[in-house]
Amino acid sequence: MAIEARSVSKKFGDFAALEDVSVDVASGSLTALLGPSGSGKSTLLRVIAGLEVPDSGDVFISGREATALAPQKRGVGFVFQHYAPFTHMTVWENVAFGLKIRKRPKDAVRARVDELLELVQLAGLGKRYPSQLSGGQRQRMALARALAPEPEVLLLDEPFGALDARVRIELREWLRRLHDEMHVTTIFVTHDQEEALELADSVVVMNKGRVEQVAGPRQLYDEPANEFVMSFVGPVNRLDDGWVRPHDIELRHEANGSTREAQVLRVVRLGFETRIELERDDGERLHAQLTRDEADELELRDGDIVYVRTRKSRRF
Amino acid sequence: MTVRAFSLAYLAAILVAPVSLIFWRAFEHGRQPFWAAISNPTAVHALKLTLEITLVAVPLNTVFGVLCAIAIVRHRVPGMGLVNALVDLPLALSPVVVGLALYLLYGRSGWFGGWLNAHGLRILFAYPGMLLATTFVSLPFVVREVVPVLREIGTEQEQAAATLGASALTTFRRITLPAIRWAVAYGVVLTTARCLGEFGAVAIVSGGIAGRTQTLTQYVQASYENFDQTGAYAASVLLAALAILTLLLMTVMRRGDRSS
Repeated sequence: MAIEARSVSKKFGDFAALEDVSVDVASGSLTALLGPSGSGKSTLLRVIAGLEVPDSGDVFISGREATALAPQKRGVGFVFQHYAPFTHMTVWENVAFGLKIRKRPKDAVRARVDELLELVQLAGLGKRYPSQLSGGQRQRMALARALAPEPEVLLLDEPFGALDARVRIELREWLRRLHDEMHVTTIFVTHDQEEALELADSVVVMNKGRVEQVAGPRQLYDEPANEFVMSFVGPVNRLDDGWVRPHDIELRHEANGSTREAQVLRVVRLGFETRIELERDDGERLHAQLTRDEADELELRDGDIVYVRTRKSRRF
Repeated sequence: MTVRAFSLAYLAAILVAPVSLIFWRAFEHGRQPFWAAISNPTAVHALKLTLEITLVAVPLNTVFGVLCAIAIVRHRVPGMGLVNALVDLPLALSPVVVGLALYLLYGRSGWFGGWLNAHGLRILFAYPGMLLATTFVSLPFVVREVVPVLREIGTEQEQAAATLGASALTTFRRITLPAIRWAVAYGVVLTTARCLGEFGAVAIVSGGIAGRTQTLTQYVQASYENFDQTGAYAASVLLAALAILTLLLMTVMRRGDRSS
C-alpha cells in the first residue's frame, strides 16, 4: 500500500471532521475522495499531507509511519484548491522552488523545470507571473510545482473546483493521461460524482466524517453499499421503499399487469438524453431518463398519461 | 465650493503655510546664517544624537514589529488579543505620559532606578532612557502595516512551501518576507519619521543638556527660548527636510509596489 490511514479521527472544536476513518490506497493508483461539503474529505487529504494533525489514529506513507512527520519530510506533492501560487515569483521560479531549496545543481533544476513546463503545456510562459495566467494554466503550474521534487504521492484538493465547465472536462482527461504516463500514486478530493467515476480507479465515498464505501466506479454505481451512496452517486428516485435509477424506469402507452399510471409534467431535452418529469396516480413524483430516440418514438408531451414500470429497484 | 478646493485650502492653511514660513524665516538673511546655525557644535551634536537614537530604535521596532504581527495573525494563542490592543497604546497615550512613566520606573527612587544606579547604570538623562522613550512611542507602526497584509495573503502559500520541503526559516525568508516587504518598508518609513520628530517623552527623560542629551527637536526648543531664532528655524528646516525625504522615499516605494 502506498498510503494507509488507520482509525483517524479529527475534531475542530465540537465538529467531528473525521471519525475513525481507515483508508488504503494502492501504489500507483488514482483514488478519489468523494463526498458532500463537510464530509471530511479535504481534512483527510490534509491529514495525509501533514497539514493537519489527527487527534488519534495513524498514517503510513510507503510503509513508513508518518503520523508525527512534518509535511516537509513526507515526500508528498500537494495541489491546493486555489493553487496557492507564489505570487511574487514567475511561473518558472514557482516550479523550481522545490528543487532550489533542495540545492540541486543549477543545470539539473533548469532541465527538470523545462521538462515539467513542457509536460503541463506551459513551455514559453515561464517568465509570466501567476496573476497573468488563466485558471486552467495556474492549475497546471501548481501541478508542475508539486511534481518537481518527484513526490511519492500526489494529493489534489478539489483540483477542478475553481474552473469553468469546459476547461474542467479537458483538464480531467489530461490529468488521467498524465497519471497513466507517470504512475504517481494520486489522491484527489471532489464533490462531483461524475468526476470521481470518470477519473478514478477507486472511489472512497465519505459522509459526515465517515467512510461509506470504497469501490471501483462500476461497482459503486451498480452495487452501492447503502442509501447514501445510492443517492449520492448518480441520480435516483425514491419509490415504494426502494431506490430506482431514472434510466431503470420504462415508459409505455399501454398498461399491463406491472405498470402504474402517471402524468407527464415536463419533458426536458438535454442533447442525447431526455428527462421526463412525472407524477404517479398516487401523487408520487419521479423522473425517467430516456435516450433521444426512445423519447421521440413515444412522442411524449406535457400532460400526457403514460404507464410506468421499474426495471430494477434497490432496497437497503 | 467643491470638496477638492476645500481640502486643498485646508491643507494649505494647516500644513503648507506654517512649513513654508519656517523655510522662509530660515533663509531670510541668505544661506550663510543658515549654514552657520546648523554647523555649530551643539546643533551638530543634537543631529547626531537624534540619528543615533533613530538608527537603533527603527531596527528594534522593525524586528519586533514583524515578529509581533506574525504572532497576532498566525498563532491562535490566548492573550494575543490583548497584545493586539496593547500595541496601539503608544498611539493613544500622550508621549508626556510615557516619559513620566519611564521617569517613575528608572528615576532615583523608581522601581528599577535605585538598583540600576547602585550598579552604575544610568538610564535617565542618558542615551538608554532616550532610546527607551523613542522606541516606545514609535512601536506600533510596523505592526500596524504588516498585520493586514499578513491576513490578506493567508497561510496557503506557506503551507505549499512546506509540502515542497521548505523549512520554517526558508518559508519565512522566501515566501512570507517577500510578500510583506512593502508593508515592512512603509512601517520603517513611518517609524523613522516618528523617531526623528519625537519630543514629549524624550524631553522628560533626557534632561535636554546641550551638547550631551539634547536631540534635534529639543535643540529647536532651546534655541527658540534663548532668542536664537535663526538657530531654531535652521534646525527646524533640517527636521522638515528629513521628514520630507522619508515621505518622498515612501511615495517612490508605493510606486514600486504598484508596478510589481
